[in-house]
Amino acid sequence: MSILTEFPSIDTETLRSLKKSIDAGFKNFSRNYGDNIESFFEPVRFLLIESEQFLINTPWPIIMAIIAIIAWAGSKNIKIVVSVVMILLLIGYFDMWENTMKTISITFVAALLAIVFGIPIGILMAKSNFFQRVMNPVLDVMQTMPSFVYLIPVVMLLGIGKIPGLIAVVIYSIPPMIRLTNLGIRLVNQAVIEAADSYGASNTQKLIYIQIPLALPTIMAGINQTIMLALSMVVIASMIGVTGLGQPVLTAIQNQYFTLGIFNGFAIVGIAIVFDRVSQAYGKRIQESHGTINDK
Amino acid sequence: MISKPYIKLKNVSKVFGQNPDTVIDLVQNNIDKAELQNDYNHVIGLQNINIDIPKNKIQVFMGLSGSGKSTLIRHLNQLIRPTSGEIVVNNVNVTELNKKDLINFRRENFAMVFQKFALLPHRTVLSNTYFGLQIRGVKSPELENTAKYWIDKVGLDGFENYHPNQLSGGMQQRVGIARALANDAPILLMDEPFSALDPLIRIEMQDMLITLQKELKKTIIFITHDLDEALKLGDNIAILRDGKIIQSGTGQDIILNPYDSYISNFTAQVNRGKVIECEKVMKKLSKDTFSNVTITKETKLEEAVRVMISNNINEVDVLNSKNKYIGTVYLNDVMASIINPIDEP
Repeated sequence: MSILTEFPSIDTETLRSLKKSIDAGFKNFSRNYGDNIESFFEPVRFLLIESEQFLINTPWPIIMAIIAIIAWAGSKNIKIVVSVVMILLLIGYFDMWENTMKTISITFVAALLAIVFGIPIGILMAKSNFFQRVMNPVLDVMQTMPSFVYLIPVVMLLGIGKIPGLIAVVIYSIPPMIRLTNLGIRLVNQAVIEAADSYGASNTQKLIYIQIPLALPTIMAGINQTIMLALSMVVIASMIGVTGLGQPVLTAIQNQYFTLGIFNGFAIVGIAIVFDRVSQAYGKRIQESHGTINDK
Repeated sequence: MISKPYIKLKNVSKVFGQNPDTVIDLVQNNIDKAELQNDYNHVIGLQNINIDIPKNKIQVFMGLSGSGKSTLIRHLNQLIRPTSGEIVVNNVNVTELNKKDLINFRRENFAMVFQKFALLPHRTVLSNTYFGLQIRGVKSPELENTAKYWIDKVGLDGFENYHPNQLSGGMQQRVGIARALANDAPILLMDEPFSALDPLIRIEMQDMLITLQKELKKTIIFITHDLDEALKLGDNIAILRDGKIIQSGTGQDIILNPYDSYISNFTAQVNRGKVIECEKVMKKLSKDTFSNVTITKETKLEEAVRVMISNNINEVDVLNSKNKYIGTVYLNDVMASIINPIDEP
């Protein structure tokens, strides 16, 4: 009765040939189409390199001023601006400025791509129940699949470097953007939608005048989450050649350099706090100006 | 003086459930609502509704919750599609319009006011008011100017830049009304617009609507569960129960001849002196001269009492619109009619 003690599995030989043929198929695919796919991502690479060059080559006081101005524009809160500047000064003082700029650059580009693709996908999901049913398992896979696993096909296709790293970061960070856009639009009060219908609003008008503005606070929460996930993925992506704060962390893990790891780790935490506080303060301000927070 | 119907409902029925088409025959053959629900698991929304609604008048639909009144008003602008029947608005059969035509038809013909206001929370009073115009493609500055005009009209001058959640319920509904009127649609649909308001504010809003209607002469469809409100506002009143119209007529008709005990239960609570007109209780005498205190035949009983008491008289002569004598009312008769008849049918 070995069937009870040992699970009746596919025999080793078949399994091996199955894995082999899938691997071979994918290898062929990447050999034949890898170049095409690479040229497809050329504009993204251009954006990535340009933003990195800009952040590194511009004198640091100017960059710091720009970030402080953005923080002020987003939060209108002097405390947040001061803490942002303090964090950046500390990072620079401990000689992590250049790596930090690289990390900010890839996080910025990844978040931008996630927003550009995530919001329209989220809107489609909100509009179509069928599309939602299709997308949900896909998003589940993207969120729960160990990130190392989908580094493999990306590296096979595009090799090691910035672009595959960026793709991995975007895949990992886009699900909250999509989900929260979908949720935000679905949660818009039906009575308001009915009112719009009664005045003869078309679907596009409903989307522009009502659904997106009312979903904006939720969408902002999605952007915030996306940025946080992108930052945390940057370390893992350093394994396939993404430069920045992730690389010293990787070195520290491999060589057990405790202090190096801690410093760079804190630098990542630092910019995470900067992104988070500024984007949250901005989201809250939208909500207030929309009157969706009851101030009575 | 029945004018040509402006809105006409012909055998309109609405069934909610899995397969409305399978039971629509039963519904058209007057199956009982409870029977359909128990035996066929479908719910009747509306059942064989037939009514003609005249132009430029206030048509009230009155009923308790679940009577189908909100379902009915949403059939007029097709927010809900009927299971069977025909709805003709201004010579257009709206049930046959495709999606695009329906959107245009709504833009040109309807404005709606909602029980829970349904204002856009992210917009100011001003931009809420011009929402309907914006949808129709009207551009600035006409957009703002029209909106401002109607905001003044409903008494919200100075609140243009407030958000809805900064306003009281009554003020929010004024925005709702301004939004509807700014649209300049001939038909105004009002779905229990004043039900969520305090009694005093409600009366204030009713008076405002009456004043506005004197000037605007829109075709207003007004939904309410309050008979007093129906009698105060309605040129015609239709009473709904279980998705059917059980009586339709002027307020006076309904008070004087309630169709059944269901309706007379409502009418028993009503101040009859505010509804019944002197013509109903006047005695026709043959005389050519009349006293110097007179009233018209449309004068309500309560007002007639006021006239008689303030002039210290027991009878007053009634004139028609051409100042011709047509009869006399006596204080006793008037008082007797104001008091509810004890043996109601």
